[in-house]
Amino acid sequence: MSVVPAEVLPGAVRTLPQTAAPGAAELGPPARLWPSLVAVYRAQLSRARVARIPLLFVATFQSVGITVMMRGVVDSGGEAQSVVAGSSVLVVAYVALNLLSQYFGQLRSSGGLDHYATLPVPPAAVVLGAAAAYASFTVPGTLVTAVFGCVLFGLPLANLWILLAVIPLAGAALAGLGAACGLLAPRPELATLLGQLGMSAALLLGVLPADRMPGIIRLARDLLPSTYGVEAYARTFGADPDWAVVLVDLGVCAGVGVVSLAVATWAYRRAAVR
Amino acid sequence: MRGLSKTYPAVRGRRGAPGTPEVRATDGVELDVRRGEVFGLLGPNGAGKSTLVRQLTGLLRPDAGRVEILGHDIVRHPERAARILAYLGQESSALDELTVSLAAETTGRLRGLDVRRARAERDAVLEELGLTPLAGRALKKLSGGQRRLACLAAALVGERPLLVLDEPTTGMDPVARRAVWAAVDRRRAEHGTTVLLVTHNVIEAETVLDRVAVLDQGRVIACDTPAGLKERVAGEVRVELVWRERAPLEVPEVAVLRERAVESGRRWTLRLAPEEARAVVATVTGGAAFAALDDFTLATPSLEDVYLALGGAARQGLVRA
Repeated sequence: MSVVPAEVLPGAVRTLPQTAAPGAAELGPPARLWPSLVAVYRAQLSRARVARIPLLFVATFQSVGITVMMRGVVDSGGEAQSVVAGSSVLVVAYVALNLLSQYFGQLRSSGGLDHYATLPVPPAAVVLGAAAAYASFTVPGTLVTAVFGCVLFGLPLANLWILLAVIPLAGAALAGLGAACGLLAPRPELATLLGQLGMSAALLLGVLPADRMPGIIRLARDLLPSTYGVEAYARTFGADPDWAVVLVDLGVCAGVGVVSLAVATWAYRRAAVR
Repeated sequence: MRGLSKTYPAVRGRRGAPGTPEVRATDGVELDVRRGEVFGLLGPNGAGKSTLVRQLTGLLRPDAGRVEILGHDIVRHPERAARILAYLGQESSALDELTVSLAAETTGRLRGLDVRRARAERDAVLEELGLTPLAGRALKKLSGGQRRLACLAAALVGERPLLVLDEPTTGMDPVARRAVWAAVDRRRAEHGTTVLLVTHNVIEAETVLDRVAVLDQGRVIACDTPAGLKERVAGEVRVELVWRERAPLEVPEVAVLRERAVESGRRWTLRLAPEEARAVVATVTGGAAFAALDDFTLATPSLEDVYLALGGAARQGLVRA
């Protein structure tokens, strides 16, 4: 048997130019933020057809079920307003926070992020595209829940349009959190757990009327971004809503959304290149 | 011209889960790949092929060493890798729930193409790979080989001077394999595309590669053309004997052979000098031994024999298919 010495030996360090050498190959074009965001958004939306529709039903039935259940507990005063608003925003929390954190958790653990990481796409486009798609998934469920709740509790439907602001803003805040949880969790099970916990918090702190809660729970409620979406919507049920306060609530959602999406983008960079 | 050089006096020490020792997945690897070449990384599972590729594609930062692709320093500027190369990894989970058509188009758009070009290239690539009839099906509804082919289609949308393909033909039928190599060859002929191929399939390595580096335990143990590597063991012939029920050890010539054979059930594998091989064949094709013989083959060495002759630690793990 012939023994062949290894041709390639370690240790021989060659000096190579530090930056792009003259005659270096031309780089392909980078993908710009908006076109790639739109491409990711479209691709994610198409996943809904394949995989997400049953889950969207679950999200809607869950919230509708909660309003029915709460019908026996609260009367149709101010508490009813927060129940309807809370269960509507719960759909957003379920999809944007819980499902998105699961999605990114699985993508990260299965190596699926490699696909995006080897494309010249801005990290923000991947995160924002996915977050926007998941926020869009929540629109039908949120509307159905809101209309059902309003009819059930005899609340006015006149200011339902405010949901068109609440869904994207609360959606951005919660989707950012969900994406960050999914991308930062060391294991996919942990990402799922974090998403579930976040959704449970949104359920308990958002649907139950605030003035029955002890002080510490109320503080937790104030820290949860979905609360401001719930409050903004709940305030519009009144005969003469204080629009300035509604705007402040939505502003908080928007601010948290910007921060959480920035964190999620940072988390994506960190997860993509190890 | 050597347009592409990758030099790693790289040491990748990764800490796994607690309790597992540090693993040196790539250990001082140095390779030069020439422009326009189909270059293979061959080795059994765990040899460090995928780690090497992840370092090359900017997905994994090497602890030490340098990677230069077509004049660009990838360790310093890992983000440039995505603009020079297309990578086909082993996982499809990012694309699984998309249709074949949308997976290819989206990947093209994320590779910087505008909508019109992404769609045109998508159609061309799907046609080239014979995927047009499956264009509307979701990847996860396809068979393993078809899914792999769809992922390759996504990798080929948006031309790149370097293709890094990690076991691209796993699970594919012969028709799909031919489509893959035809598509790769065409890009090489028309655009001078360089291909880096990871494989543990020795037959594929012998037929499609210009040059191959054999990896074992994170080190390059040889690097040459497949023919050049095989010449290193040209003095040997592989004889495989399959016995009907058991080896006829009562025949003295067969009993002697047993010491030199690698036994695997009823199959004996022997690596012998040509004249010895002739003698063995003469023995087993006559008399009592022939009655006990089910089948025998006499073959020139394959890359698998090279790998074993070079001292590859894993006795199994390379696939002949």
